[in-house]
Formats: sequence, C-alpha cells, structure tokens
Amino acid sequence: MTEALHWLGYGLVIAGILFFLAGSLGLLRFPDVFTRLHALTKADNLGLGLICLGLAFQASGLAEAVKYLLIWLLMLVASGIGATLIASTALACGLAPRQADTPSNTMTSERPAPK
Amino acid sequence: MRLLAWGFDLLLAAGLLWLAWQALFTPRRFSAVVNFMAFYLLMALVWVRLDAPDIALAEAAIGAGVTGALLLTALGRLPAGTSTGADPRRWQRPLQILAMAGAAMAALWLAWAAYQLPRPGLAAEVTAALDATGVSHGVTAVLLNLRAFDTFLEIVIMLAAVVLVWSLGPPLRAFAPATALPGLPALSHLLHPLFLLVPAYLLWRGTHAPGGAFPAGAVMGAGGVLLLLTDAAPWIYLRRHRLLLHLLLSSGMALFLAVALGGMLMTGTFFAIPLHLAPTLIMAVEVATGLSIALMLMAFYLLGEPGQ
Amino acid sequence: MTNYLYAVGAALLLANAGVGAWRILRGPTSADRMLAAEMITTSAIAVLLLLSIISDQSALVDVALLFALLAAVAMANFVTRTWTLLRDDKDTREEAGHD
Repeated sequence: MTEALHWLGYGLVIAGILFFLAGSLGLLRFPDVFTRLHALTKADNLGLGLICLGLAFQASGLAEAVKYLLIWLLMLVASGIGATLIASTALACGLAPRQADTPSNTMTSERPAPK
Repeated sequence: MRLLAWGFDLLLAAGLLWLAWQALFTPRRFSAVVNFMAFYLLMALVWVRLDAPDIALAEAAIGAGVTGALLLTALGRLPAGTSTGADPRRWQRPLQILAMAGAAMAALWLAWAAYQLPRPGLAAEVTAALDATGVSHGVTAVLLNLRAFDTFLEIVIMLAAVVLVWSLGPPLRAFAPATALPGLPALSHLLHPLFLLVPAYLLWRGTHAPGGAFPAGAVMGAGGVLLLLTDAAPWIYLRRHRLLLHLLLSSGMALFLAVALGGMLMTGTFFAIPLHLAPTLIMAVEVATGLSIALMLMAFYLLGEPGQ
Repeated sequence: MTNYLYAVGAALLLANAGVGAWRILRGPTSADRMLAAEMITTSAIAVLLLLSIISDQSALVDVALLFALLAAVAMANFVTRTWTLLRDDKDTREEAGHD
C-alpha cells in the first residue's frame, strides 16, 4: 500500500513539473496579458497542486500532508483573486484583449497577425 | 547526485547574477522593482542551499514581502515619465569601468577573507552553551539570550527609523485603484485568519526550530499592510489612537529593556536571564517584539505620522 | 531514487523560472512583469518543497508557506498602489507601451 502510494506520488510530481513547463511555454508564446494570465494561473497552479498532492501522498504524517495542501490552497486563493485583479485593472487602464479577426496592431500584441 | 547539486547551484548563482544585473541596469523603474523582488526570491533559495533556513525565512518574509510592498508603493508615488535613468554618458564610461573593477577586486578580497575564516565557526560553542539558555534552538538562543543586546539594538534602530519616516509629515492618502476591485476585500477576508495563524505558528516553532520573532513579525506586518491596502484599518489614522499607537510601537523595546534590567537586578549582569525564568521570559520578549515589529512595518507603510 | 528524481525536478523548475526572468526583461506591460514575478514565486515554492524532501528539512516547507502567503500581498499592492500611476496620465502611458 505504502509502496503504491509512493509510486503514485512520483507520478503526480512528474505530471506537475510537466504542467509547469507547459505554463512557461504559454508565458513565452501567448500574445497578450490576458492569455498569459491563463497560462500562469491555470497551468502553474495545477502543476503546483499536483506536486503538493504527490508530496502529500509520500508525507510521513498527517500534519505534514495538510501543510502541503494548505500551501496549494493559499496559492490558489492568491493567484485566482490576483488574476481577476490584474485583468480588471488592465482593462480599466485601456489594454484591449487581442481579438482574432481584428488586425492586430493593438498595443499588447507582439507579432503582426497573419493576413 | 553531486553533479546535480553542482548544476543546481550554478544555475541558481547564474540566475541571481542575471536578476541583479537586470535590477541595476534596466532603464524602467517598474522593471527594476520586479527584478529586485525576484532577486529576493532566489536569494531565499540560496540561503536554503547554504543550510541556513532561519535566514531563508527572514529573507522570504522581509525581502519578498515587506520590502517589495514598500518599493511598489513608493513607485506609485513617483511622477511618471522620468523612467529612463540608467543611460551612462560618454564621459562616465571610464568611471564605470573603474567602479566595476573596484567592485570585482573587493568581491575577490571578501571571498578570500571568508575562505580564511576558521571553518566550523562558533556553532560548537553555541551548542555547548545551549543548556544554559532556556531554549533548544541555537539561532533563537543566540538572538534572544547569548547576543540579546544586538537584537535589542536592532529593535531600537527600527523604532528610530519609524520616527524618522513619521517626521516627514502627515500620512499619504492611498490612491484609489484604477477600477472597482471586488476581489480585494475577499482576498483580505480569506487571508487574515492565516496572517494571524502563521505568525503564531512561527513564534511557537522558534523555541525549537527555525522561526521566531523576526519572521513572525514580518508576516504579521505584511498582513497589516494588506489591511491598509484594503482600507480596513481606518482606526490607525485617528487622532485619539495616537498615544495607544506610540505605546504599542515601543512595547517590544520596553519589555526587552525591562527583562534586561530585571536580569541585572537578579544576577548583577545586564541581560543575564536566570535559567529558571528563561523560557517564559524569552517567549514573552518574542511575542512583544514580534507584535511591535509587525506594527513598525505597518507604520513605515503609512509614510508619515497618522493623527495630525 | 527519490532524491535523484526530485533534484532533477528542482533543477528543471529553476530553469523554468528563467522564463519568468526573460518575461520581466521583455515586458511589454507592467502586468506582464508582475505576472512573471508571480510565476517565479510559484516555481520557487515548488523548488522549496522538493528541496525539503531532498535535504529532509521540514523548515523549508515553512519558507514555502511564507512565499505563498506573501504573493497575495504583492499582487494587491500592485493593483491598488502602483498601477494607478498609469491611470493618472493616460497620454504618456510609457510603461504600458511597446519596448
């Protein structure tokens, strides 16, 4: 049983690291603030959650496991609410989300859209 | 494993140098501040790699939390449009090279001097004296018993800094955020129980493991900053609370001084705490200094004396 | 086995944080830089958790807890005290523009 839990934990940690890599790919490639917000608050926090869950499965005691999960919960609260804060402030400051069909010389896009 | 550890450390050092370079030489102020915050995050990791979790805790709480918040606020106060500063003129180039050469030589000299230091340091002596201090964690023993006078002076310096900041004038009113942010009160409601729980936990852990008054006070101070940000602490601006505020600010220093003088009365030596009272007294001093550190950090954040 | 896996993971995550540093350098808006700092925080938390297993120091979990707690304060600070700067002078808005 313990052995199985350990292997499950390894699997979850590896999956979490993959999600982190996917999140930073999004940070590199996505065109504007609003899409990058998705890359970070979703992919990275899922990655952190999987790592925390994996480590919690391998933890020696209940208190330790609860602490891992508390860290994940805190990060979820912080980045979930933080994302709405940043997105609404960005909208209010005049950064327009990039639209698919408009010609994209909005301020935040990095590359010209294909014609 | 050794190779991996080397690789990790090299990566960490390279990242640290890169962030420091960016923080110093980026032409944009905001970018510099964010680089500085990221630098502190990596610095905490460096302390972890150096087997100093106590310093990592303090670095995380003070560097990444409170200093970052202060810098971000100061940035919001500065007039816009003067962001480009780091643009060396032609005649400054030789001076720049000279300064960099000097800094490199100083760094080399420091590294050599650190290499010459006696190897195990004072850890063995602290461990030997641990039984006579009343606590079971070496760092807490040094901070609050063996070298309590240094810690006391640090508290005094922080208080002096608060006086200095407050002497600048009335507190600056917060700008309103750019739009209505309903998430902000929710954030502070959700986090406030934790901003009380975590410092209490750190204080309790300080007696036997990394933790203690400084990180606990810094975390609580960050919670206070969040209160100020969401305008949830209007009482701090009121005139009739001035005296209370002053008393609370100096309470940590006062209790510390009282313990020191009491030790002098009982044993004849300044700051000598009798062993049978030591655990209780040290805990009391930690709680009081933690609370007043938290309040002092909040006080910095007002950027002026309230109640005028 | 555990230590190898986690050490490789920690190194990967640290390298991953480098992307955040690049985004801080690149911008183009303040929000991007702030997001990148948040991403570095998240990566640093994961690194700390893995390091705490490798070196068997439970104190590192506390450091990670502090990071998580303080990330929210930086974010709240940014939207209430810093980014209001952009609103005051919409004409210049230099920090929001292109590099």
